[in-house]
Amino acid sequence: MTASLRLRAAVVSIVLLAVFLGAWHLATRSTGTAANMSPEYAKLMGMTATQGKSAMPGPLDVGAKLWEHLKRPFYDNGPNDKGLGIQLAFSLGRVMLGYLIAVAIAIPLGFLIGMSPLMSKALDPFIQIMKPISPLAWMPLALYTIKDSSLSAIFVIFICSVWPMLINTAFGVASVRKEWINVARTLEVGNVRRAFTVILPAAAPTILTGMRISIGIAWLVIVAAEMLVGGTGIGYFVWNEWNNLSITNVIIAILLIGVVGMVLDQILARVSRLVTFPE
Amino acid sequence: MTDKFISIEGIAKRYDGARSTTIFENLWLGMARGEFVCVIGHSGCGKTTVLNILAGLDVPSEGAVIVDGQAIEGPSLDRAVIFQSHALLPWRTVLGNVAYAISSKWRRWDRAKVKAHALKYIELVGLAGSEHKRPSELSGGMKQRVGIARALSITPKIMLMDEPFSALDALTRGTLQDEVRRICVETGQTVFMITHDVDEAIYLADKIVLMTNGPGAVLAEIVENPLPKDRLRGDLHRHPLYYALRNHIIDFLVSRSKIFTAETPDHDPRKVPVVKIGRTEPTIVASKPVDSDAPQAVAR
Repeated sequence: MTASLRLRAAVVSIVLLAVFLGAWHLATRSTGTAANMSPEYAKLMGMTATQGKSAMPGPLDVGAKLWEHLKRPFYDNGPNDKGLGIQLAFSLGRVMLGYLIAVAIAIPLGFLIGMSPLMSKALDPFIQIMKPISPLAWMPLALYTIKDSSLSAIFVIFICSVWPMLINTAFGVASVRKEWINVARTLEVGNVRRAFTVILPAAAPTILTGMRISIGIAWLVIVAAEMLVGGTGIGYFVWNEWNNLSITNVIIAILLIGVVGMVLDQILARVSRLVTFPE
Repeated sequence: MTDKFISIEGIAKRYDGARSTTIFENLWLGMARGEFVCVIGHSGCGKTTVLNILAGLDVPSEGAVIVDGQAIEGPSLDRAVIFQSHALLPWRTVLGNVAYAISSKWRRWDRAKVKAHALKYIELVGLAGSEHKRPSELSGGMKQRVGIARALSITPKIMLMDEPFSALDALTRGTLQDEVRRICVETGQTVFMITHDVDEAIYLADKIVLMTNGPGAVLAEIVENPLPKDRLRGDLHRHPLYYALRNHIIDFLVSRSKIFTAETPDHDPRKVPVVKIGRTEPTIVASKPVDSDAPQAVAR
């Protein structure tokens, strides 16, 4: 009797998680009184010195803190103390704005490049040079020209998410099967209708792949960008908690960044499945 | 034939490059309305190029093609193409594929009218009940049926078929040939078809055009099909002229297609000889001495 692969995989996952949490707990627990000292001095030194407890929080500390955060995600006690929900919403807002601007520019431009060999060759050197530039390298230039840190972060998201979409759209459009184009030609389908009824559906899976890569990169970059520009957002939260020496909050933020990134990726994977056609 | 519905007038196709090659040149062919013409020739002789020029998908380097009194300028809804690879749009259903063609031809039609018209042709090719399937759910033969329905649904003046059945198994191919023959005889459709299959040509065509090997391919002969118009697949081989016809074509493909240009220097491409297969014509004997090595090898 063999259980389904899914079930067995889930069991292995849970075991691995338990082992990890167990090891974590053992590595960070208190090991008893380390030295004899006066209670007042001990109070001053904290548990690290008095009970041999690691400065690294254990899984139980993180769990308790996480529960606290989840109970009140949207509180706002001023610029340096906002709920995690608010911070995440700021980050998501920036990512969405920069990403949507990138979609609005990359897809039409990708169509142009894919359909015109001339434009493809003419724009290729620019794309090849711009693509490998780390998005954060644009930050000083953006801050200088835009003169607004929040807009600069959005610009950085735009510039990092535009390339995969642009390249994938151009590739998808350029590699639409010749015979499908010929079908449209023999049916005297006009250029605009052909673009929407043949080229777009044929290239949609490739375009969606580009969009999925882009959202992943955008979510990676927003954390770094917000650490630089500060003010709000999950990236700023991580940096702020590091300055507060609250490792527990840093760990929680890391966890949430991962979860949100996964959700964003899964949303695009769903959309991608909608436009994929079997041949 | 006085009524030249389609007239290919001196077309040529050349590829310029470091070594420019002439696929064919000075090609002339006339077709009457309602005629079913098959072109047979080896790969690379330019058959598909001729068909693409007829479809308007390719442009000849020289010459012109006149259809119904008008020179071809690009693709047209008057000339439907059935592609070798069926070329269905995989994200559309059977109905969607046929409806796409119909709504391209009659842009003002509402959805209901387009659908009714599409269903009529889907039924004609025997796919009633499968109209909501996607191409990936269909067998090769069914896909090609959709291709045929799509081509027929726009009621074209000419159907152009590029080896439409070559990717199908023999049984499916036979059934589809029957269907195509039935539909074309019923509707009096003018058809230009490319094939490799001699029996397919004999069964379907009124005229079989033999093309020599490329580069520099020419139309060598136009063979008139002596079999009666109401022929049946099962009776083909009983017809007294069937083997003479078949042997003539096979002889051409096996040996004469290679040496035709060299042996016939006074071949006039504007007056391609029309061959009528008669019972007494000694076609088999005439071309025997060409490859004298082969029989010896068999004798040993």
